[in-house]
Amino acid sequence: MKKFKAFIIIFFLLFCNNLYANENSQRNEITKNLRCLICQGQSVYDSDSDFANSMKILVDKKLDQGLSEKEIYIYFKEKYGDWILYDPGLNKNTYLLWLLPILIFVFGGAIIAKSFILKK
Amino acid sequence: MKKKLIPYSIILIFLIIFAVFYKSLKDTNIYTPQTKINNDIPIFSANLLLLNENSASIEIFELDKFYLLNIWASWCVPCRDEHPILMKLSKNNKLTIIGMNYKDNKKNAKSFLDELGNPYEKIIVDKNGTNSIEWGAFGVPETFIIYNNKIIKKYIGPLNQELLMEVQKIIK
Repeated sequence: MKKFKAFIIIFFLLFCNNLYANENSQRNEITKNLRCLICQGQSVYDSDSDFANSMKILVDKKLDQGLSEKEIYIYFKEKYGDWILYDPGLNKNTYLLWLLPILIFVFGGAIIAKSFILKK
Repeated sequence: MKKKLIPYSIILIFLIIFAVFYKSLKDTNIYTPQTKINNDIPIFSANLLLLNENSASIEIFELDKFYLLNIWASWCVPCRDEHPILMKLSKNNKLTIIGMNYKDNKKNAKSFLDELGNPYEKIIVDKNGTNSIEWGAFGVPETFIIYNNKIIKKYIGPLNQELLMEVQKIIK
Protein backbone atom coordinates (compact mmCIF):
# COMPACT_ATOMS: atom_id res chain seq x y z
CA MET A 1 0.00 0.00 0.00
CA LYS A 2 2.85 2.36 0.87
CA LYS A 3 4.45 1.67 -2.45
CA PHE A 4 1.16 2.30 -4.17
CA LYS A 5 0.73 5.66 -2.37
CA ALA A 6 4.26 6.67 -3.24
CA PHE A 7 3.61 5.69 -6.82
CA ILE A 8 0.47 7.83 -6.96
CA ILE A 9 2.24 10.82 -5.40
CA ILE A 10 5.12 10.55 -7.85
CA PHE A 11 2.68 10.05 -10.72
CA PHE A 12 0.76 13.25 -9.83
CA LEU A 13 3.90 15.25 -9.23
CA LEU A 14 5.21 14.31 -12.65
CA PHE A 15 1.99 15.32 -14.33
CA CYS A 16 1.43 18.52 -12.33
CA ASN A 17 4.85 19.54 -13.48
CA ASN A 18 3.50 19.98 -16.97
CA LEU A 19 0.33 21.68 -15.93
CA TYR A 20 1.42 25.16 -14.98
CA ALA A 21 0.19 28.19 -16.84
CA ASN A 22 0.87 27.48 -20.42
CA GLU A 23 -2.52 28.55 -21.66
CA ASN A 24 -1.67 32.24 -21.90
CA SER A 25 1.72 31.90 -23.52
CA GLN A 26 0.54 32.58 -27.05
CA ARG A 27 -1.58 35.51 -25.94
CA ASN A 28 1.37 36.92 -24.01
CA GLU A 29 3.65 36.59 -26.99
CA ILE A 30 1.19 38.43 -29.23
CA THR A 31 0.45 41.20 -26.73
CA LYS A 32 4.18 41.76 -26.22
CA ASN A 33 4.41 42.66 -29.90
CA LEU A 34 1.48 45.07 -29.80
CA ARG A 35 1.99 48.67 -28.73
CA CYS A 36 -0.38 50.14 -26.16
CA LEU A 37 -1.44 53.22 -28.11
CA ILE A 38 -2.51 55.32 -25.15
CA CYS A 39 0.47 54.52 -22.93
CA GLN A 40 4.01 55.77 -23.37
CA GLY A 41 6.57 53.16 -24.34
CA GLN A 42 4.60 50.17 -23.08
CA SER A 43 3.39 47.09 -24.85
CA VAL A 44 -0.15 45.85 -24.41
CA TYR A 45 1.29 43.02 -22.30
CA ASP A 46 3.02 45.43 -19.89
CA SER A 47 0.16 47.86 -19.55
CA ASP A 48 -2.83 47.67 -17.26
CA SER A 49 -4.79 50.49 -18.91
CA ASP A 50 -8.41 50.09 -20.02
CA PHE A 51 -7.31 50.02 -23.64
CA ALA A 52 -4.67 47.33 -23.06
CA ASN A 53 -7.03 45.17 -20.99
CA SER A 54 -9.65 45.25 -23.73
CA MET A 55 -6.97 44.41 -26.29
CA LYS A 56 -5.96 41.37 -24.21
CA ILE A 57 -9.57 40.15 -24.13
CA LEU A 58 -9.88 40.69 -27.87
CA VAL A 59 -6.64 38.80 -28.59
CA ASP A 60 -8.04 35.89 -26.55
CA LYS A 61 -11.28 36.08 -28.52
CA LYS A 62 -9.44 36.06 -31.84
CA LEU A 63 -7.31 33.08 -30.74
CA ASP A 64 -10.50 31.24 -29.78
CA GLN A 65 -11.88 32.01 -33.23
CA GLY A 66 -8.86 30.19 -34.62
CA LEU A 67 -6.90 33.14 -36.02
CA SER A 68 -3.14 32.68 -36.28
CA GLU A 69 -0.60 35.07 -34.75
CA LYS A 70 0.06 36.67 -38.14
CA GLU A 71 -3.64 37.10 -38.86
CA ILE A 72 -4.12 38.85 -35.53
CA TYR A 73 -1.30 41.29 -36.34
CA ILE A 74 -2.87 42.00 -39.73
CA TYR A 75 -6.25 42.51 -38.05
CA PHE A 76 -4.89 45.13 -35.65
CA LYS A 77 -2.80 46.76 -38.38
CA GLU A 78 -5.97 47.32 -40.40
CA LYS A 79 -7.64 48.98 -37.43
CA TYR A 80 -4.81 51.10 -36.06
CA GLY A 81 -2.10 51.18 -38.71
CA ASP A 82 1.55 50.11 -38.59
CA TRP A 83 2.19 51.98 -35.34
CA ILE A 84 0.50 49.29 -33.26
CA LEU A 85 3.13 46.71 -34.27
CA TYR A 86 6.58 46.73 -32.72
CA ASP A 87 7.93 44.98 -35.78
CA PRO A 88 6.57 46.80 -38.83
CA GLY A 89 6.73 45.11 -42.21
CA LEU A 90 8.29 46.40 -45.40
CA ASN A 91 6.29 49.27 -46.89
CA LYS A 92 6.97 52.61 -48.52
CA ASN A 93 7.67 54.29 -45.19
CA THR A 94 10.13 51.68 -44.02
CA TYR A 95 12.09 50.94 -47.22
CA LEU A 96 15.03 52.98 -46.01
CA LEU A 97 14.97 51.33 -42.60
CA TRP A 98 15.12 47.84 -44.05
CA LEU A 99 17.35 48.46 -47.05
CA LEU A 100 19.96 50.81 -45.57
CA PRO A 101 21.88 48.13 -43.64
CA ILE A 102 22.00 45.94 -46.74
CA LEU A 103 23.15 48.84 -48.92
CA ILE A 104 25.83 49.82 -46.40
CA PHE A 105 26.98 46.21 -46.22
CA VAL A 106 27.17 45.88 -50.01
CA PHE A 107 28.94 49.22 -50.54
CA GLY A 108 31.27 48.68 -47.63
CA GLY A 109 32.08 45.22 -48.92
CA ALA A 110 32.73 46.62 -52.38
CA ILE A 111 35.08 49.30 -51.03
CA ILE A 112 36.97 46.78 -48.91
CA ALA A 113 37.17 44.37 -51.80
CA LYS A 114 38.42 47.09 -54.09
CA SER A 115 41.08 48.47 -51.78
CA PHE A 116 42.41 45.20 -50.36
CA ILE A 117 41.79 42.35 -52.71
CA LEU A 118 42.16 44.03 -56.08
CA LYS A 119 45.32 45.89 -55.03
CA LYS A 120 47.04 42.61 -54.37
CA MET B 1 39.73 62.77 -60.22
CA LYS B 2 40.01 60.12 -57.54
CA LYS B 3 41.19 62.65 -54.96
CA LYS B 4 38.17 64.83 -55.58
CA LEU B 5 35.72 61.94 -55.33
CA ILE B 6 36.34 61.33 -51.62
CA PRO B 7 35.54 64.87 -50.32
CA TYR B 8 32.56 65.06 -52.65
CA SER B 9 31.14 61.78 -51.42
CA ILE B 10 31.72 62.81 -47.79
CA ILE B 11 29.85 66.07 -48.41
CA LEU B 12 27.04 64.12 -50.10
CA ILE B 13 26.75 61.70 -47.19
CA PHE B 14 26.59 64.60 -44.73
CA LEU B 15 23.95 66.33 -46.81
CA ILE B 16 21.82 63.17 -46.85
CA ILE B 17 22.21 62.73 -43.09
CA PHE B 18 21.33 66.40 -42.56
CA ALA B 19 18.22 66.07 -44.74
CA VAL B 20 17.04 62.94 -42.88
CA PHE B 21 17.56 64.52 -39.45
CA TYR B 22 16.04 67.84 -40.51
CA LYS B 23 12.91 66.07 -41.74
CA SER B 24 12.52 63.74 -38.76
CA LEU B 25 13.23 66.41 -36.15
CA LYS B 26 10.46 68.52 -37.62
CA ASP B 27 8.00 65.62 -37.36
CA THR B 28 6.15 65.37 -34.10
CA ASN B 29 7.03 62.31 -32.04
CA ILE B 30 3.57 62.14 -30.52
CA TYR B 31 1.48 59.58 -32.30
CA THR B 32 -1.44 61.13 -34.13
CA PRO B 33 -3.86 58.60 -35.55
CA GLN B 34 -5.40 59.02 -38.96
CA THR B 35 -8.76 60.69 -38.90
CA LYS B 36 -9.79 60.26 -42.51
CA ILE B 37 -10.28 56.60 -43.06
CA ASN B 38 -12.15 54.43 -45.45
CA ASN B 39 -12.41 51.25 -43.45
CA ASP B 40 -15.44 49.02 -43.51
CA ILE B 41 -17.37 48.95 -40.28
CA PRO B 42 -16.85 45.79 -38.21
CA ILE B 43 -19.43 43.03 -38.24
CA PHE B 44 -20.68 42.43 -34.73
CA SER B 45 -23.69 41.61 -32.67
CA ALA B 46 -24.24 43.28 -29.32
CA ASN B 47 -26.80 43.97 -26.64
CA LEU B 48 -28.75 47.20 -26.81
CA LEU B 49 -28.92 49.29 -23.67
CA LEU B 50 -32.49 50.51 -23.39
CA LEU B 51 -34.24 47.82 -25.43
CA ASN B 52 -32.76 44.75 -23.72
CA GLU B 53 -32.33 42.91 -26.99
CA ASN B 54 -29.48 41.68 -29.15
CA SER B 55 -28.85 43.36 -32.46
CA ALA B 56 -26.47 42.71 -35.37
CA SER B 57 -24.52 45.43 -37.15
CA ILE B 58 -26.45 44.89 -40.40
CA GLU B 59 -29.70 45.67 -38.61
CA ILE B 60 -28.29 48.88 -37.16
CA PHE B 61 -26.45 50.38 -40.11
CA GLU B 62 -28.36 50.65 -43.39
CA LEU B 63 -26.89 51.63 -46.73
CA ASP B 64 -27.21 55.12 -48.22
CA LYS B 65 -27.70 56.81 -44.88
CA PHE B 66 -25.42 58.86 -42.66
CA TYR B 67 -24.74 57.51 -39.19
CA LEU B 68 -22.82 58.95 -36.31
CA LEU B 69 -21.45 56.46 -33.83
CA ASN B 70 -20.52 58.01 -30.52
CA ILE B 71 -18.60 56.09 -27.87
CA TRP B 72 -19.49 57.39 -24.42
CA ALA B 73 -19.69 56.48 -20.75
CA SER B 74 -21.43 58.03 -17.78
CA TRP B 75 -18.11 58.21 -15.87
CA CYS B 76 -16.43 60.14 -18.67
CA VAL B 77 -16.32 63.88 -18.00
CA PRO B 78 -15.61 65.07 -21.59
CA CYS B 79 -18.67 63.03 -22.71
CA ARG B 80 -20.78 65.29 -20.50
CA ASP B 81 -19.27 68.33 -22.25
CA GLU B 82 -20.00 67.10 -25.75
CA HIS B 83 -23.53 65.92 -24.96
CA PRO B 84 -25.26 69.22 -25.91
CA ILE B 85 -23.58 68.99 -29.35
CA LEU B 86 -25.00 65.48 -29.83
CA MET B 87 -28.42 66.74 -28.75
CA LYS B 88 -28.19 69.43 -31.44
CA LEU B 89 -27.10 66.88 -34.07
CA SER B 90 -29.96 64.55 -33.13
CA LYS B 91 -32.41 67.14 -34.47
CA ASN B 92 -30.95 66.71 -37.95
CA ASN B 93 -33.10 64.31 -39.99
CA LYS B 94 -30.27 63.30 -42.30
CA LEU B 95 -28.23 61.83 -39.49
CA THR B 96 -28.92 58.88 -37.20
CA ILE B 97 -26.95 58.83 -33.97
CA ILE B 98 -25.95 55.49 -32.51
CA GLY B 99 -24.34 55.32 -29.10
CA MET B 100 -21.83 52.86 -27.73
CA ASN B 101 -21.81 52.65 -23.98
CA TYR B 102 -18.20 51.91 -23.04
CA LYS B 103 -17.37 49.91 -19.87
CA ASP B 104 -20.27 51.39 -17.99
CA ASN B 105 -22.84 50.52 -15.39
CA LYS B 106 -26.36 50.19 -16.79
CA LYS B 107 -27.96 52.18 -13.98
CA ASN B 108 -25.46 55.06 -14.24
CA ALA B 109 -25.81 55.15 -18.01
CA LYS B 110 -29.57 55.43 -17.73
CA SER B 111 -29.43 58.23 -15.18
CA PHE B 112 -26.87 60.06 -17.36
CA LEU B 113 -29.38 59.99 -20.24
CA ASP B 114 -32.28 60.95 -17.98
CA GLU B 115 -30.34 63.95 -16.77
CA LEU B 116 -28.91 65.22 -20.08
CA GLY B 117 -31.32 63.80 -22.68
CA ASN B 118 -31.01 60.92 -25.09
CA PRO B 119 -29.73 61.80 -28.59
CA TYR B 120 -29.18 58.15 -29.54
CA GLU B 121 -31.53 56.05 -31.63
CA LYS B 122 -29.91 52.86 -30.42
CA ILE B 123 -27.22 52.26 -27.83
CA ILE B 124 -24.82 49.35 -28.16
CA VAL B 125 -23.45 47.98 -24.89
CA ASP B 126 -19.69 47.48 -24.82
CA LYS B 127 -19.15 45.90 -21.44
CA ASN B 128 -15.51 44.86 -21.78
CA GLY B 129 -14.30 47.39 -24.34
CA THR B 130 -13.65 44.88 -27.13
CA ASN B 131 -16.39 46.24 -29.37
CA SER B 132 -14.81 49.68 -29.47
CA ILE B 133 -11.41 48.15 -30.29
CA GLU B 134 -13.04 46.39 -33.24
CA TRP B 135 -13.99 49.87 -34.41
CA GLY B 136 -10.42 51.06 -34.01
CA ALA B 137 -11.19 53.35 -31.08
CA PHE B 138 -8.75 54.48 -28.39
CA GLY B 139 -11.10 55.39 -25.58
CA VAL B 140 -13.97 57.68 -24.72
CA PRO B 141 -15.30 59.93 -26.16
CA GLU B 142 -14.82 59.09 -29.79
CA THR B 143 -17.06 59.69 -32.78
CA PHE B 144 -17.28 58.02 -36.17
CA ILE B 145 -19.21 59.16 -39.24
CA ILE B 146 -20.47 56.21 -41.25
CA TYR B 147 -21.84 56.15 -44.76
CA ASN B 148 -22.57 53.04 -46.84
CA ASN B 149 -21.06 50.83 -44.13
CA LYS B 150 -17.75 52.67 -44.32
CA ILE B 151 -16.16 54.88 -41.69
CA ILE B 152 -15.60 58.15 -43.50
CA LYS B 153 -14.42 60.27 -40.60
CA LYS B 154 -13.25 59.75 -37.05
CA TYR B 155 -13.03 62.29 -34.22
CA ILE B 156 -10.95 61.43 -31.18
CA GLY B 157 -11.96 63.38 -28.09
CA PRO B 158 -15.08 65.43 -27.40
CA LEU B 159 -17.01 67.16 -30.17
CA ASN B 160 -17.13 70.94 -30.10
CA GLN B 161 -18.89 73.74 -31.97
CA GLU B 162 -16.29 73.71 -34.73
CA LEU B 163 -16.61 69.96 -35.29
CA LEU B 164 -20.41 70.27 -35.19
CA MET B 165 -20.18 72.58 -38.23
CA GLU B 166 -17.83 70.12 -39.91
CA VAL B 167 -20.20 67.20 -39.34
CA GLN B 168 -23.11 69.24 -40.68
CA LYS B 169 -21.02 70.06 -43.77
CA ILE B 170 -20.23 66.37 -44.36
CA ILE B 171 -23.84 65.23 -44.21
CA LYS B 172 -25.00 68.00 -46.51
